[in-house]
Amino acid sequence: MRIGVLAVQGAFAEHIAKLNGMGVDCIELRQRADLEQCFDGLILPGGESTVQGKLLRELQMFEPLRDRIGQGLPVLATCAGLILLAQRIADDETVWLGTLPVCVRRNAYGRQLGSFHTEAQMEGIGTVPMTFIRAPYVESLFGADTQILARVDGRIVAVQYGNQIGVAFHPELDEDDRIHEMFLRLCRQNSA
Amino acid sequence: MSEMSEDRYTLNKQLAQMLKGGVIMDVTTPEQAKIAQEAGACAVMALERIPADIRAAGGVSRMSDPKMIKGIQEAVSIPVMAKCRIGHFVEAQVLEAIEIDYIDESEVLSPADDVYHIDKRGFKVPFVCGAKDLGEALRRINEGASMIRTKGEPGTGDIVQAVRHMRKMNSEIAKITSMRADELFEEAKQLAVPYELVAYVHDNGRLPVVNFAAGGVATPADAALMMQLGAEGVFVGSGIFKSGNPAKRAAAIVKAVTNYSDSRLIAELSEDLGEAMVGINEQEIELLMAERGK
Repeated sequence: MRIGVLAVQGAFAEHIAKLNGMGVDCIELRQRADLEQCFDGLILPGGESTVQGKLLRELQMFEPLRDRIGQGLPVLATCAGLILLAQRIADDETVWLGTLPVCVRRNAYGRQLGSFHTEAQMEGIGTVPMTFIRAPYVESLFGADTQILARVDGRIVAVQYGNQIGVAFHPELDEDDRIHEMFLRLCRQNSA
Repeated sequence: MSEMSEDRYTLNKQLAQMLKGGVIMDVTTPEQAKIAQEAGACAVMALERIPADIRAAGGVSRMSDPKMIKGIQEAVSIPVMAKCRIGHFVEAQVLEAIEIDYIDESEVLSPADDVYHIDKRGFKVPFVCGAKDLGEALRRINEGASMIRTKGEPGTGDIVQAVRHMRKMNSEIAKITSMRADELFEEAKQLAVPYELVAYVHDNGRLPVVNFAAGGVATPADAALMMQLGAEGVFVGSGIFKSGNPAKRAAAIVKAVTNYSDSRLIAELSEDLGEAMVGINEQEIELLMAERGK
């Protein structure tokens, strides 16, 4: 199994290090030609969503990735990645990939002074560490097919819709591998 | 750590991790900040005058007006950084009070203290500091910096010093990595830094925080050069808004940082960018800002 990690900007190296540590091969997706290689799942890492979204478009990766996600390619989207997937961004006209039927709020906890670390229940996994860096949260869900995986202080911070997992925090920054394992299970089921 | 909780310091180092592979641009107005964000900046540095103008104007250069910084904070959704003078902890307190995302304790401004840097452990907001070599980097990290950048000569459009600093840092890291464990104590003494930081470099082959290139980046090729030399991202100061077509040049530098080893793409990006900033050679400079703070 091989995972494609969007590597246009942000904390992609941390995801790759974690997956390599779990014995999984990764490829960096930096431009359209990289998408021609085979990969069984996609990671959209943290970073700045405005930068990543713009580079996705300008490096001609936008449509092929959106189509593959639409066809069921498993995705793990963290922080900025969640913003790229969301169908709507609160108080913002921008829509990037728009494949995940939720509305997210950017910088929902304020500036860097609002960044925090906590632990909370994740559906089907148990208590996991969660690191929020200038993080978004999910403000609302569109339709009943999206499952809430975790809440912190009443706010939705993790969701799943089909093969798309979106989390507002950074599982790649903590020692715990269980969220990546959950994603890899989706990838295995999908390619089986 | 003393006042700053370990958690907060970790979160601050992690924000720098999110900026990796990105370009941080100097801006002086909300309009420029918007142009930078549109062009793909991962953060902006709010300052009253860009380094080339600070250099031209001479005189004492200070922290920017908080009102001007707030205007930029309101204009963009990406992180906003601002500079304070070396050792001027009250300017840093002011920047913390307006909830800046990152403080640059910067040699570009006139130093307020010629002996002591700010005790950055006493703050909740993160700091980035310049370093010409490994010793300087580890001293700043020991003081609480959660991000490091090279100290290339600001406002010159000349990449030579940033290259020198990055190469020196890399070769010093390589040297420590190849040392016997019992040699690290003496090395710590030579570098005037705590043993634990030297041991971290020995075990991991890198700084304990993110390391960006800064100073003299004027073209997409300059930015890619620094990335190929091991920078994890790039600051661009005067290079953008002192050039003929800021929006186009900024966007080209952003793409060159993402695909820094694709020479065909960098060739395309380098076409028709208009006038680059004029630039000053090292030998023509009267004031070496990199010599401020050790």
